[in-house]
Amino acid sequence: MILDSIALSRQQVDGDTMIVNLGPSHPTTHGTLRIIMELSGETIVKSTPEMGYLHRGVEKLGESLSYQQFIPLTDRLNYCSSIMNNVGYTHAVEKLLGIEIPKRAQQIRVLMSELARLGDHIVCVGVNAVDIGAFTAFLYIWKQRETIYDLFEMATGQRLHTSFTRIGGLFRDLPEGFVPATERFLPECEAAIDELEKLLTHNPIWHDRTKGIGVISAEDAVNWGYTGPCLRAAGVPQDLRKAQPYLGYETYDFDIPVGTTGDVFDRYLVRVEEMRQSIRIIRQVLARLEPGPVNVDDPKITLPTKDKVYTRMESLIHHFKLIMHGMEMPVGEVYSATEAANGELGFYLVSDGGKNPYRIRVRPPCLPIFSSFHEQVKGFMIADAVAVLGAMNVIAGELDR
Amino acid sequence: MIIEHIDAELPGTVTDRHAFRGDQTIVVAKASFLPLVDFLYREGFQLLVDITAVDWPEREQRFDVVYHWLNLASQERLRVKVAVADGEAMPSLTSHFKTADWFEREVFDLFGIPFEGHPNLTRLLTWQDFPGHALRKDFPLDGGDAFCMEGCTAPYNNGERG
Repeated sequence: MILDSIALSRQQVDGDTMIVNLGPSHPTTHGTLRIIMELSGETIVKSTPEMGYLHRGVEKLGESLSYQQFIPLTDRLNYCSSIMNNVGYTHAVEKLLGIEIPKRAQQIRVLMSELARLGDHIVCVGVNAVDIGAFTAFLYIWKQRETIYDLFEMATGQRLHTSFTRIGGLFRDLPEGFVPATERFLPECEAAIDELEKLLTHNPIWHDRTKGIGVISAEDAVNWGYTGPCLRAAGVPQDLRKAQPYLGYETYDFDIPVGTTGDVFDRYLVRVEEMRQSIRIIRQVLARLEPGPVNVDDPKITLPTKDKVYTRMESLIHHFKLIMHGMEMPVGEVYSATEAANGELGFYLVSDGGKNPYRIRVRPPCLPIFSSFHEQVKGFMIADAVAVLGAMNVIAGELDR
Repeated sequence: MIIEHIDAELPGTVTDRHAFRGDQTIVVAKASFLPLVDFLYREGFQLLVDITAVDWPEREQRFDVVYHWLNLASQERLRVKVAVADGEAMPSLTSHFKTADWFEREVFDLFGIPFEGHPNLTRLLTWQDFPGHALRKDFPLDGGDAFCMEGCTAPYNNGERG
């Protein structure tokens, strides 16, 4: 692509403005995305985001995979909180099937989702702080993310690409020792969040760098299609966990933090408070976690256990049918949305009754947010652009799919 | 609920409707789409959640352009589908919803549906001279000839090209 066709808003032959290329491989772009900035001095005149460097054709691939096989691809959408993508996708397929998963599976999904939200916010806040120059805060909070990944590894066998959910339930139940390990982790994490807040919330340098940067009004935020923490920071109390509860979120006691100006500082405050609220939810899940099955009791949906496959004819047949022919899907279309760490993660599934989905659409939360990037940084400095980009929490894997 | 409102205020707009698993869908003709969008906006459907498309190659109007709206006040969702033929342009919603900008570019990129009135209708995910439109059903999964060198076998479809 020729540079001047995408970046220049005015004649640059007179040398007034300069083109600076941020990315596609740059420490502050958090993945492979590119921003072409036209600068006058250090002030941004125009910024043109360019994406697609991580486009893998997930939606196209999904059309040739069975519903179950698509789950590992969802890991790679928002790879900072892959369990939430697993949950969002399987939730959509379960909506299409019209089934309800067992209580314990719902509770474990909530537990893992909130751990993932915690991890995602740690990445977002911590890395945003590093980009702005607050390296210490990042190191203090990052340790907790390691523990979260250790917990994920314990439960799912994988740190990053968890593939934990299955249609109709979970890959497996929580292992022994998971609950005590989580209970040990929670106070540590709370202490680390307190430390993070001590380092940042009343820090005058942090205020200088984040207040008034990336301000957006509630109307604009809605018009740009914002969801998640960025929308709430702008003053709209929209959280799907409260507004359109799923997985029994209506039974948990938690608050939705809301900002006022929508700037980077408010987004930071909203995320920090959401981390505390997530811990609150996790405590409630741990308190009410009761034994029971983690998969629906339907041989047409759930794979039989291995010992049954090896010993019983019927289970062997079910196993074969599920692997070779897939589930019997109804004809229809559903849109299912869950509150991921970044906003509304939607899956739009069109089924023609076949083994594979006719169309899978992933609605990434950060795409509409990122599309407002130029509006957000116009007239600000390059350093502010980095702050805004970090606070948007753009994850390229999800953006490009 | 909103569908009854539409029926009362804009009679004849909804050509088909169905509800499935709690999702409400309406199908409208292209000509009545923009008045409907104005009406929806006034009714509070101000968060345009998503724009996408579905390809049905055997149909005469092969694409369904699918819009998802959310009403933040009542938390009601509405799916609006408009059928267009290959090469037929949809009216752009960029003047109503800023978020439509990139969503429409993505649909243009992956399906080749043009949007009339879009300020910058260029490809979003693939590059400028990408051959074809990737999410059309007749676009091969491995990318086809443009991506395969002479003599290489396709990784999918049992080694057959198609």
